[in-house]
Amino acid sequence: MPIQYYLYLALTLFSIGVIGVLTRRNAIIIFMCIELMLNATNLLLVAFSKMHHGMSYLADKTSTVGTDGQLFVFFIMVVAAAEVSVGLAIIVMMYRNTHSVDVNFLNRLKN
Amino acid sequence: MNNLVLLVPLFPLIGFLINGLGRKSLSKQMIAAIGSGSILASFVVSIILFLQVKSTGAIIAEYFTFINVENFKIPFAFQVDQLSSLFLLIITGIGFLIHLYSSAYMKDEEEQHYGRYFAYLNLFVFSMLLLVMGANYVIMFIGWEGVGLCSYLLIGYWFKNNNYNYAAKKAFIMNRIGDLGFLLAVFYLIQKLGTATYLDVFANVAKLSHQDIVIITSLLFVGAMGKSAQLPLYTWLPDAMAGPTPVSALIHAATMVTAGIYMIARSNLLYTMAPETQGFIAIIGLATALFAATIALKQNDIKKVLAYSTVSQLGYMFLGLGVGAYTGAVFHVMTHAFFKALLFLGAGSVIHAMHHEQDIRKMGGLKKYMPITNITFLLACLAIAGVPPFSGFFSKDEILAAAFSKNPVLYYLGVAGALMTTFYMFRLYAMTFLGKFRGSHEKEHHLHESPSAMTIPLLVLAVLSVAGGFIGIPEVFAKESHWLEHFLSPIFAGSNALVHAHHLDHNTEYMMMGVVTGLVLITIGFAWSKFSKYTYSDIEESGIGKVLENKWYVDELYDTIIVKPLDALSIFLKNIIEKSGIDGIVNGVGRLVNYGSRQLRLVQNGQVGGYLLVMVVSIVVIFFLWINDAAIVNFFGKIF
Repeated sequence: MPIQYYLYLALTLFSIGVIGVLTRRNAIIIFMCIELMLNATNLLLVAFSKMHHGMSYLADKTSTVGTDGQLFVFFIMVVAAAEVSVGLAIIVMMYRNTHSVDVNFLNRLKN
Repeated sequence: MNNLVLLVPLFPLIGFLINGLGRKSLSKQMIAAIGSGSILASFVVSIILFLQVKSTGAIIAEYFTFINVENFKIPFAFQVDQLSSLFLLIITGIGFLIHLYSSAYMKDEEEQHYGRYFAYLNLFVFSMLLLVMGANYVIMFIGWEGVGLCSYLLIGYWFKNNNYNYAAKKAFIMNRIGDLGFLLAVFYLIQKLGTATYLDVFANVAKLSHQDIVIITSLLFVGAMGKSAQLPLYTWLPDAMAGPTPVSALIHAATMVTAGIYMIARSNLLYTMAPETQGFIAIIGLATALFAATIALKQNDIKKVLAYSTVSQLGYMFLGLGVGAYTGAVFHVMTHAFFKALLFLGAGSVIHAMHHEQDIRKMGGLKKYMPITNITFLLACLAIAGVPPFSGFFSKDEILAAAFSKNPVLYYLGVAGALMTTFYMFRLYAMTFLGKFRGSHEKEHHLHESPSAMTIPLLVLAVLSVAGGFIGIPEVFAKESHWLEHFLSPIFAGSNALVHAHHLDHNTEYMMMGVVTGLVLITIGFAWSKFSKYTYSDIEESGIGKVLENKWYVDELYDTIIVKPLDALSIFLKNIIEKSGIDGIVNGVGRLVNYGSRQLRLVQNGQVGGYLLVMVVSIVVIFFLWINDAAIVNFFGKIF
């Protein structure tokens, strides 16, 4: 499959994520959109990694060129999981304080 | 030996510390005893040192390194040789008499002020000793500044009177102008020779070019102008009369004003090698002598007359230095110290009796009430007038004779000045002590002779004024009779080797002495007859008399050409440059930051969505720039 498809898909996912973050007020949905952006990046990493590796693999069967991109994805997933736990905790605290998950209520630092 | 030298300035310093710190708890008797005793102690040590120097020659005592920078070293060292030991005797000897006198003169002061007074007085003597004893120009400069400070403190001693404070400030500032010259000269010397120690400087004097020597000597002379009150920096000295009378005696006779003469006598080799500077000094000295003498003719304040007379006599000393009569100048310093201290203390005694009245027009007839003051004052007048065989005759004659052999014009003008001196001194004497008392009856009732603590110094000084001249009898009378010249010859040996003073013909010298003495006696008779029957009159002076009474309007002139423009400039700087310029910039910066932050604050609106939008937009912008311009990458690379 040509790399372009992956790029379009990742771009679409990332854009949805950005727009979601900017337009929605529900903290949980914003959170999900951030995850969406992360996954778009993961997808790109895997796609490029595969592309690079595939080319050098044809020349040398023992080559490991490009595989580090896929390894990186695991790290991102781990970090994302940690982030989710922290983020959700914040949202819980937010709900306890404001009885809402609307981020627009978090404007007490103003001025 | 070294320790003995150290003791001389140490005693006054200790006296200063005790009196200064304990002024509120010590009794007046204690304060006076400590103040006078410390000076007496250093006088005794000075005598011992003097005898030692006389038999074995100069003593140099080095204590520690004062400044040490790479190859440049200034030791803290004292040099006691013939010249400085002579000055030590004058300073501590006359200083002691003045302290003793002060203990009675100032007894009406409050205790703590009494202590302050003696502390200052001791500090003054200490500074002067440092100035005279230093073995290099830097130590001399410490003392040089010290006496300037002390004169400020003592002139402004009665600090509740604002006019006195102005007088003190004037003295300080005038001195500072001179000090700048001195300091520059020392820097120049150090830059050229790498040392400021007298002996090294005089040994390496050949390394200096003629131009260097002229510059150094001229700058040093500027220092002397300020400290020794020569034209054009003399105006502080008459104003220094604001201080208590014994202080005037101390400033005028024993310390401070003789510093300039000491410094030039000390650097005589440099001056002998710069005839241009010497000529300049002679002219300034003579001009000052005449100028101040004319002013003194018309003054009515007893202390002002004496003050201008000091300026005039200092002019003679500089004339002596200028024509190469170094011994004569030092000799005159010494005799002048005797009779001027006596005159001031006598004047103090009169003022004391008159309850702080200083106008001689309101005195008269004090002879009857104050016999000791009268006779000692008369002797001092005869000495300063130069009547043989009083001390002033010998020293003044020596200077005038040297001036004659240099240039007869200097001599004739000098004699004219001497006659004016005679005239105003006897005018002063006649108006104060002769005739009838012109003050109120109540004052006349209170007239009294001063206590013995005041008359004893007068008597001692009177003896010195009469007999002090015999240590320098001119060579014409007897061979080897000029003891002082013989004593000081090691100091001036370098100069004498360069210039051979041609002695005058004996007949000429006898004739000169005879003529001058005759003229002086005629002047005395004239002044005596004119003023002994003086009656008070309110008629204003007119013409030249008025100009003289107003001191040639020099103070007004300085006020107009220097003080007023300076004031105007500082007001301009304060109101225009400072207020709208510098303040404007500083306040403007503050206001700009204030305004900017008030506007920027609105960006933080508390809407999370807004922040996110800004963040995303910024990231997008950065990405676009990144792609398009490598310079941005470099820029960020440099920041992070």
